[in-house]
Amino acid sequence: MNTRASWGKRATFGVGITLAFAYFFPFFLVFVNSVKLKYDILENPLAFPAPITWDNFQQALTKMEFFRSLTNSLIITVFSVSLLIVFSSMLAYYLARTKSKSSKYIFLGLVASMIVPFQALMIPFMALFAPFVSWNNRASLVFFYIGFGVALSTFLYHGFISTIPTEIDEAASIDGASDMVAFWKIIFPMMRPITATVAIINALWIWNDFLLPRLVLTRETQTLPLSTYLFFGQYSIEYGQAMAGLALAVIPIVIFYLILQRQFISGISQGAVK
Amino acid sequence: MTRARSIKKFMKFAGVPLAIFIIVLVVPFVNGFYYSFTDWDGFKATKLVGFANYTESFEDPRFWSTLKFTALFVVVSLILVNAVAFGLALIVTSKLKSKNFLRTFFFVPNLIGGVILGVIWQFIFNSALVALAEKYDWEMFKESWLQDTNKAFWALIIVTIWQSSGYMMIVYITGLISIENDVIEASQIDGASPVRTLFSIKIPLMAQAFTIALFLTLRSGFMAYDVNVALTGGGPFRTTELISLHIFEDAFAEGDFGTGQAKAVIMFLVVALAALVQVTISKRYEVQR
Repeated sequence: MNTRASWGKRATFGVGITLAFAYFFPFFLVFVNSVKLKYDILENPLAFPAPITWDNFQQALTKMEFFRSLTNSLIITVFSVSLLIVFSSMLAYYLARTKSKSSKYIFLGLVASMIVPFQALMIPFMALFAPFVSWNNRASLVFFYIGFGVALSTFLYHGFISTIPTEIDEAASIDGASDMVAFWKIIFPMMRPITATVAIINALWIWNDFLLPRLVLTRETQTLPLSTYLFFGQYSIEYGQAMAGLALAVIPIVIFYLILQRQFISGISQGAVK
Repeated sequence: MTRARSIKKFMKFAGVPLAIFIIVLVVPFVNGFYYSFTDWDGFKATKLVGFANYTESFEDPRFWSTLKFTALFVVVSLILVNAVAFGLALIVTSKLKSKNFLRTFFFVPNLIGGVILGVIWQFIFNSALVALAEKYDWEMFKESWLQDTNKAFWALIIVTIWQSSGYMMIVYITGLISIENDVIEASQIDGASPVRTLFSIKIPLMAQAFTIALFLTLRSGFMAYDVNVALTGGGPFRTTELISLHIFEDAFAEGDFGTGQAKAVIMFLVVALAALVQVTISKRYEVQR
């Protein structure tokens, strides 16, 4: 029995490590080729770089305007996620605590809207918002993310608020706290775990989103996925530079993940199961 | 609560988010239905044209081939992504010491946007594999997979599995660890083999995880755009266009707003129907605990 168990364990480990290697392999190719000379890449993409060159990174940093795109991505993600947290937690609190027919229908409407793919309304969406977008496209993108993200975030908060006893609200109101004060001082701090989930799910979506920014943003305001895509399109023949550009695009989010690994995993499992 | 006060509370808590939701999502969605029945050209609609945009969509042979390609993509990616993800979940919930380390590797592709993943694999298929095939004489990769419709289909599937299996793995892990240990121990005492335990105890008890993961993969299969545009760009000759890219090209590259929108409405109906059918079927397998 014991040997059978250990054989099973070894086999599982073997399969696991092979798959982990396979999953990592594309990134290995990107990193290893990002520091090679062009000729060396085509000679053997698998070989370790000799000599190592950092020119590719230097070129990619300027040509894809890395720091500007990174800043744009950060600004758009931070503002959208913060506003989504504020608005959807308040909306969810209202809908969960108001026991009326209309609040029930509003909630059902929000849930139903989650099935609508963006592509189904993308064309009239652009027709409607084209003038608005040209005025300030980063601000309008944040506005759009609130509109498209509010349903899921409210849904997640709603589930959590239902588990907070209403006695807490009542106690606060007896003590003379207004609705707003009671919500922000007492209820909101109690929702830390679900706020983390909402933040992570929305941040991942917004950070990586491509189609909406492609429609809305201009060259000056483009985000990291957008500038990477355009850069790759222009310089894909310059393999080394293209690989350096990809490496630069991958690194920020992976670092962020490695720091907050536990929150990511629990955030995603909670967000999906709800 | 008085009526005035309850309206005031509604405005304070729900007014802004609901207004944004309606402006950004509901209005364009309703407009879209309306426009699909008019001669809309992107700026103005002068008259109703009935189902003309819809008949035109269905007379477009490219639209049919896109629908077929998308259906095949959804089915194949649904099956393979979930099979792989479930396997990964079993590996990282086993008693291995390295399971957290492995989980990180499986999950990382999911953190990165589809466009970036797509261009990474474009390099692999177009350049890296071709260079290696020349060097070591691998017949299979000598010509880039992305130049051939059938092989490009499998390229799309491979990248999609790589991208989404990590996420679905998390869903399955959550399902697997929610099963009480005493149930599993009881089955082992009764002499059930690990395989038997898996199929007769674990899978039925975590059916909800399958409902969720299947729903998510179904939806993302229909909506897939990023990987498609970055990996194949629809080529060769627009034969690998999934429906999202097809609608995008129709509207924004060719300026066919009316038919483009009719196709978008069809897409919505297909997605909604498919999701409804899938969830109804999956729910039947969920065990009440």
